[in-house]
Amino acid sequence: MHEDSLLEMRGIYKSFPGVKALQNVDFTLRKGEIHALMGENGAGKSTLIKVLTGVHIKDEGDIWLKGHDKVQIHSPQEAQKLGISTVYQEISLCPNLSVAENIFIGRGKGGLVSWRTMNKRSQELLDSLGIAVSATQQLASCSIAVQQMVAIARAVDMDCSVLILDEPTSSLDETEVEKLFILMRQLKERGVGIIFVTHFLDQVYEVCDRITVLRDGTLVGEYEIENLPRVQLVSKMLGKELDDMADIKNSVPEFVDKDEAPVYEVKGLSSTEGISPFDFEIHRGEVNGFTGLLGSGRSECVRAIFGADKVTSGTVKIDGKSVRITKPREAMKHGIGYLPEDRKRDGIVGDLSVKENIILALQVKTGFFKPFSKAKANEFAEEYIKLLDIKTASVNTPIKSLSGGNQQKVILARWLLTHPKYLILDEPTRGIDVGTKVDIQKLVLKLASEGMSVTFISSETDEMLRTCSRLLVMRDRKLVGELTGDQLTQTAVMNTIAGGDKNAE
Amino acid sequence: MPNKKAMPPKTPLWARLTKHQIIIPIAALLLLALFNLIADPSFFKITLKDNSNGDPVLSGNLISIIDNGSELAILALGMTLVTAASGGQDISVGAAIAISGSVMLRVLCGSDSRSETLQAPIIVAFLMACLVSMAFGAFNGSLVAFFKIQPMVATLILFTAGRSIAAWINNNELPIVKDESFAYFGNYIPGIPIPTPFLIAIACFIITWLIMKFTNLSLYVQSVGINEKTSRLNGLNPEFIKLMTYVLLGLCVAVAAFIKVSRISTINYSVVAKDIEMDAILAVALGGNALSGGRFSMGASVLGAYVIQFLTTTLYKFEVNAAALPAYKAVVVIILVVLSAPTVREKLSRLGKKLHKNKAAAETA
Amino acid sequence: MLNLMMTGNGRLKPPGRKMTDTNLLTTITIAVFFVMYIGSMVFLGEGFLKPQTMLNLISTNAYLIIIACGMSLVMITGGIDISVGGVTALVSMSCAVYLDMHGGNVYISMLLAIGIGLAFGIIQGFLIAYLQIQPFIVTLAGMFFARGMVTIVHTNPFNVANKDFVELKDTRIELPDFLGSTNRRGRFIPAKIEIGVIVALIIVAILFCVLKWTKLGRNFYAVGGNKQSALMLGINVKRTTFISYVMCGLLAGIGGYVYFMHVGSGSPSHATGAEMNAIASSIIGGTMLTGGVGNIVGTLFGVLSLALIQSIVSSIGLDQAWWTGITIASMLCIFLVVQSIIIARRKKANLKNAAGNAAKEVAT
Repeated sequence: MHEDSLLEMRGIYKSFPGVKALQNVDFTLRKGEIHALMGENGAGKSTLIKVLTGVHIKDEGDIWLKGHDKVQIHSPQEAQKLGISTVYQEISLCPNLSVAENIFIGRGKGGLVSWRTMNKRSQELLDSLGIAVSATQQLASCSIAVQQMVAIARAVDMDCSVLILDEPTSSLDETEVEKLFILMRQLKERGVGIIFVTHFLDQVYEVCDRITVLRDGTLVGEYEIENLPRVQLVSKMLGKELDDMADIKNSVPEFVDKDEAPVYEVKGLSSTEGISPFDFEIHRGEVNGFTGLLGSGRSECVRAIFGADKVTSGTVKIDGKSVRITKPREAMKHGIGYLPEDRKRDGIVGDLSVKENIILALQVKTGFFKPFSKAKANEFAEEYIKLLDIKTASVNTPIKSLSGGNQQKVILARWLLTHPKYLILDEPTRGIDVGTKVDIQKLVLKLASEGMSVTFISSETDEMLRTCSRLLVMRDRKLVGELTGDQLTQTAVMNTIAGGDKNAE
Repeated sequence: MPNKKAMPPKTPLWARLTKHQIIIPIAALLLLALFNLIADPSFFKITLKDNSNGDPVLSGNLISIIDNGSELAILALGMTLVTAASGGQDISVGAAIAISGSVMLRVLCGSDSRSETLQAPIIVAFLMACLVSMAFGAFNGSLVAFFKIQPMVATLILFTAGRSIAAWINNNELPIVKDESFAYFGNYIPGIPIPTPFLIAIACFIITWLIMKFTNLSLYVQSVGINEKTSRLNGLNPEFIKLMTYVLLGLCVAVAAFIKVSRISTINYSVVAKDIEMDAILAVALGGNALSGGRFSMGASVLGAYVIQFLTTTLYKFEVNAAALPAYKAVVVIILVVLSAPTVREKLSRLGKKLHKNKAAAETA
Repeated sequence: MLNLMMTGNGRLKPPGRKMTDTNLLTTITIAVFFVMYIGSMVFLGEGFLKPQTMLNLISTNAYLIIIACGMSLVMITGGIDISVGGVTALVSMSCAVYLDMHGGNVYISMLLAIGIGLAFGIIQGFLIAYLQIQPFIVTLAGMFFARGMVTIVHTNPFNVANKDFVELKDTRIELPDFLGSTNRRGRFIPAKIEIGVIVALIIVAILFCVLKWTKLGRNFYAVGGNKQSALMLGINVKRTTFISYVMCGLLAGIGGYVYFMHVGSGSPSHATGAEMNAIASSIIGGTMLTGGVGNIVGTLFGVLSLALIQSIVSSIGLDQAWWTGITIASMLCIFLVVQSIIIARRKKANLKNAAGNAAKEVAT
């Protein structure tokens, strides 16, 4: 084991029924280093992490920890004892307990609880990290971002030597991400080794020292940040040279017909989710998007359009005719489709098969008394599996056993099957590998060219700039601006979000 | 496009079969049959005897099973839907049967509990019972669907109050139906040697099968049971669907009550259908359905119901005291549930693989 | 409702004192109980003005307090145990048979009771926690088994004649004079309670401390709040769950013996519906079946509320069996509805506040 290594994993193998998740993977973490772990969906990142934290038990291979020699990790408790702490993307805390309790539960010797000590220490910890919560508050009353930070505070307090951050920034806005990075650098100074699992390229280059890339369950390589330009990183992750990303919009002509009535038009739309009433319209073959900071209300706007949240006001017109849309059912009836932001919660029906997930929306549209025959359902499913290149063992595989990216494709297939006039895609590329991201962007433009209207939301502004012909800018749950044509640049977007109010309507 | 990761190992036939949940009740059935075969082969004998009315009817233990298991099997239909959609169980069905039966008797006997003639046609009594049961089903369903109360807890209300309400409907009296034709439904129709309850159950199965085949009930219920939020975003109305499952269970309750009351042409409020809710839930669980909701198999539940009835009959044959019966049922159920628990299955399959490996290693050595 | 105060260095201070879900529900329960009791004192007078009436009720329901506490423990971890009524009956019958037909010793019979309770707790706990079989099925089977065993142990109900036991059963503890009352003849009768009441209150006190001040107790809440998270936080979920069932079984055994001391007999029809009463008491006391929320004090008042209803019903002169069932059911219904509305409202408010906070933080 190297002098300055905190952790060395060598020759790790792990398989599940039908899937070889990890094959001969090595990983090294040095002292005081922020190390990014990257790879497409299905590359094996989360399996490697779960092996390290005792959630899964490796089939073969060795793990060495500084100060412990070779270790066997059989449970999260053991991992914790060895000084390995993890903060997961999904908040792994108990909402019914207080913040202080969440920081201290499951730790320490003895059987008794001293509330006073616990609360005092917690408050000190929270204050030192700049987290604005009261230690005695019930966790459920805190925002998701704050809950995330409490989870990190806990890990910090446990004097871990290895801190694993699994997609910690997905639910944070820019200020919060910065705070997190400050925290991470603090820990780095203390000698903690941080494993940073993420999809965000910018963040990796901002804060990491080294990168390990996995692909299809095998190790591609370990690199120092300075020696690896972005383009090279991406190509290593994909295993091919990538110039598709450059400018796909040029290959597909824009198609916007402004003479006829808008496919969808609304005035004064608002919902119980607190967005200010806004006006919105989209024409046939147009691709537009909502942009803004996290929490600015983009998803809430499109959910209001689809009737997914309780609509409190707004007059809607489809193709010029007045209609009522207050429920998803009604939106679907008028030819609107909606791919939700939260795939696991709102998108997939886990135990149902791929086939059933694909036909679900269309089936509901067709009616209760008209079920599709088995043959027809299979036909539909096969068609889209082929079209979107969905990797699944069969049409009857439960969707929950597919990788995240493939699940996303299934949900996309579901809505495409309904042949909507107007398709809303909320973060369709989140958590998806780069190659698929490009495929989806290309698909969006192709559909638009065939006459479908599309609203596209993405946290990555450059994705939106590549696909949208119009961007609506949100700030603090209010529509503050609209950008078209030449204004579609990163700078203009940033300015409008910040408060330039260019072209505000 | 084939999965790039790895081709899954070829699963042996027995492994593929055991994946289907219906294997559990089938296995249980076979075990019981085997047990009885060894203990006393004459268990399975079916004879044609004359009943008290002088009509020749089939009788024997097997007949007793399909006869007495009818109410349970019918309830299992509705309970499966309720479990699948709401992830919980309705423990009020016994009390609901008491209410339903009470309503029927009230309609048939009017205010005179010893009336000689029917005060209303049987079909009217049945329809009234259906309406009342469905109304109570809607009550339970509303608590679960709209007030988001856990099913077991919501139905605890009717469980507590139901039998009292049933008694109140008939002013605490026990009406007796003197009309002969009423008794046909719970016993035998003259000229037909097969017990009527079984025929009624078959009719229910057929109707259920038709509904499953010609509507989307199965897909909707499963979808709602697995993920409510997603279901809503796909245009479904989860509250309505959940409510419907409780109402449908109410319908099953009415049919079961009809049979129960017809068997003895009267009712005993505190005894009728006692513990049937537990049996119904067991039937659903024995059928391999997850009690937490989601995917379901109606056929497996029905089979589970008959397994429980088979067990009961077997125990009676061994002259077990009726009050002690639950203890034996409990043991059998525990064994079955333990064997089908995922952790146990995993350990057994790992054991199997090890033995396989050792065997293969021994062979190559 | 939101108080955002600025601290010295200008940072936003988070919202202050907000009651946890648990405490809010318990407060409602206690409030309702006192309203009911004062109401009965005012409108029904007579019996309710004598403390002895209430004390008798507590004596009769001492066993239920103990069983309901055990039930609450299990419910807090997100599980359920419907075998407790059966265990109570089994304990009564077994001890009765042991004392009268095997010439038993009273103290040994207590051990027998505890042994039976523990056995149920351990076996059920193992099946639920380690084999991960659903609690409802396991404890349902447990209930069936217990009830069946009662008949197998002995078929017919009978009263226990064992001298030592009868003496124990008839022991009453006298309470301070001010609680006593003067009967019509002018004689002063001090207030009395059964031993079981003391046992029940001690248990309530112990469990309260366990839940508030031991790691084990807090782990119960964690597991009930989010099992997956509890696991990730390093709590041994399986062991915690197992212990909750063992404790519930133990308490069912103790409660069973207290019941036995109260009725002094064994019978297959003892304690029918006790499990449902225990669940109802817990729910009325603010314990949620979904887990993570609950309070022993609330459960105590839940049982007392149930007992109060029984006495109100009988003092009005209504048919007890009938009307008690209806009133308890109605109360349960009301409490469930109110609880679900309150919790739903809070969830919405929290999300709104949280979103508001996030927006405000972004703006600064």
